[in-house]
Amino acid sequence: MSDITLNTAAAGVPEAAPRSAPLTQLGLVGWMRANLFSSWLNTAVTLLLAYLIIRWAVGFIEWGIVNAIWSVPNNQTQACRDLKGTGACWAVITEKHRFMLFGTYPYEEHWRPALVCLLFIGLYVVSAMRRFWRWELAIIWAAVLSVIGVLMWGGILGLSYVPQERWGGLPITLILATFGLAFAFPLAILVALGRRSSLPAIKVLCVMYVELIRGVPLISLLFMASVMFPLFLPEGMNIDKLLRAQIAIILFAAAYLAEVVRGGLQALPKGQYEAADALGLSYWQKTGFIILPQALRLVIPPLVNTFIGFFKDTSLVLIIGIFDLLTAGKTAIIEPAWQGFGVEVYVTIGAIYFVFCFAMSKYSQGLEAELNRHRRR
Amino acid sequence: MGETMEMLASAARTDAPPAITLDKVNKWFGALHVLRDVSLQVALGERVVVCGPSGSGKSTMIRCINRLETHQEGRIIVDDIELSDDVKALDAIRREVGMVFQSFNLFPHLTVLDNCTLAPIWVRRMPKAEAEDLAMHYLERVKIPEQAKKFPGQLSGGQQQRVAIARALCMKPKIMLFDEPTSALDPEMIKEVLDTMVGLAEMGMTMIVVTHEMGFARQVADRVVFMDRGEIVELGTPAEMFEQPKTDRLRMFLSQILRGH
Repeated sequence: MSDITLNTAAAGVPEAAPRSAPLTQLGLVGWMRANLFSSWLNTAVTLLLAYLIIRWAVGFIEWGIVNAIWSVPNNQTQACRDLKGTGACWAVITEKHRFMLFGTYPYEEHWRPALVCLLFIGLYVVSAMRRFWRWELAIIWAAVLSVIGVLMWGGILGLSYVPQERWGGLPITLILATFGLAFAFPLAILVALGRRSSLPAIKVLCVMYVELIRGVPLISLLFMASVMFPLFLPEGMNIDKLLRAQIAIILFAAAYLAEVVRGGLQALPKGQYEAADALGLSYWQKTGFIILPQALRLVIPPLVNTFIGFFKDTSLVLIIGIFDLLTAGKTAIIEPAWQGFGVEVYVTIGAIYFVFCFAMSKYSQGLEAELNRHRRR
Repeated sequence: MGETMEMLASAARTDAPPAITLDKVNKWFGALHVLRDVSLQVALGERVVVCGPSGSGKSTMIRCINRLETHQEGRIIVDDIELSDDVKALDAIRREVGMVFQSFNLFPHLTVLDNCTLAPIWVRRMPKAEAEDLAMHYLERVKIPEQAKKFPGQLSGGQQQRVAIARALCMKPKIMLFDEPTSALDPEMIKEVLDTMVGLAEMGMTMIVVTHEMGFARQVADRVVFMDRGEIVELGTPAEMFEQPKTDRLRMFLSQILRGH
């Protein structure tokens, strides 16, 4: 049989022209047929789910838009209460959004934390673009973070001084997350390298660090930072509460990130290390040019997973009385007139968190595809 | 007649100062004794082919020469520098010794050109433009200059191994070590890599090659080393070794190798 095919091919019979796939498998109709209506059971499930989704969406639109009240005069929330839950009271957001975003920061100075948030977002956007990935980026970071410090604290350049206790809302969340990850990530790389070091002292130190920090909940670390740590300081010396929480978050995040990075280091074939050694590259040259660029690319998904987790974990600082975005939102509805409108506030805050986390997730997918281009044939 | 000339030539070469000296080298992996009193001298410009059954310690031996493995007893002297825990000595030796691996070990995230220029730029402190010229020179030598901008994953196995040879040459090493360079290749690609190595031998490079390619050994080797169970069993010119093997172990090995071909 195979002989016959061979013979006809050798005889120069023209190859059959490529045919297009049957129409029923192309386009939207084909896709729906294959994925939604391929059998009676699938059709039934599709219809049921479609019904549920539409029911829910219609309900949400009715609650959130059609029946919603967008503003009320002078804290007169009776109109909202009369809805009895059939419509959203977005008036609480209209009224309280400044407090949710900026906490107890002096009202007339709100432009400062607002500018800080924009600076942070600008910094993220610039850092995300590969063409800015050069050493000057470190200077940009240092400069922008200094400006952020000046804006928040004030006390110079004609800005009034605002003590840290009055900071709150979104800037706190962004400060904790940005400084946290910016310091935790390099620390994590060092710890991961240290755990694989051939020097026993460094290795033991790194293993102990990771195991100790991972072994306790973040909440207990934050408590220690806020309550126990000051007891050990000499009389009269005081370290800012936010800074203590920040350090706790950095140490905690670094332990987790270190294990993610170590996973990447272990996934690299031994031959990569040997080839770099054989060429005479030093330890840091080998690590910087050969090992880390490959190891970090491999672990982008779990890295971003951890980043997103820590972005949200910053909300745990509420237990030591720091007003991050979530705590500020919670506090905004303590006032009797606005009690009972938690859903609207939490939906809004959830949406803000979602925007940041979803952006991180989408960006990392693009980055992964771009950085792993060399693996495509 | 021709044979005597060749032997004279190789004898002359062995008078030159040794590029590599192994003196009673011993190594263990745990309890396993993988190198037993291995002594070998390789002269500058000499080509030595190392053969032997798998697990005989031949790869371990050449990996000890640039300290990818550490030996526990005996002395290894490369280019008048003794291998020790001294980091400076090790750096000096690794600059002079190039290595080609069975599995190529190119850096997949760097282009072919960057693979070749990385070490000259950072270890030899060569200006970038000069390193690129040098890299293109050696890529032309291994006959793939047109692939310089590609990533290793886009090349065939034979092309990757030739890039690996060019990468090692870019460090201008005095000595080249080849650890089964054709064992991971499809049969049709073995020749292109062996041809590159023959070309290198003709240029007078000092080479130690671990390989089962007996045709290559006959063509370029000054001496052949036969290893079995961690020791050097026989050592001689290819003619002596292949025509009149002295030991049963070599005879058996040769018959197995030849049957395979």
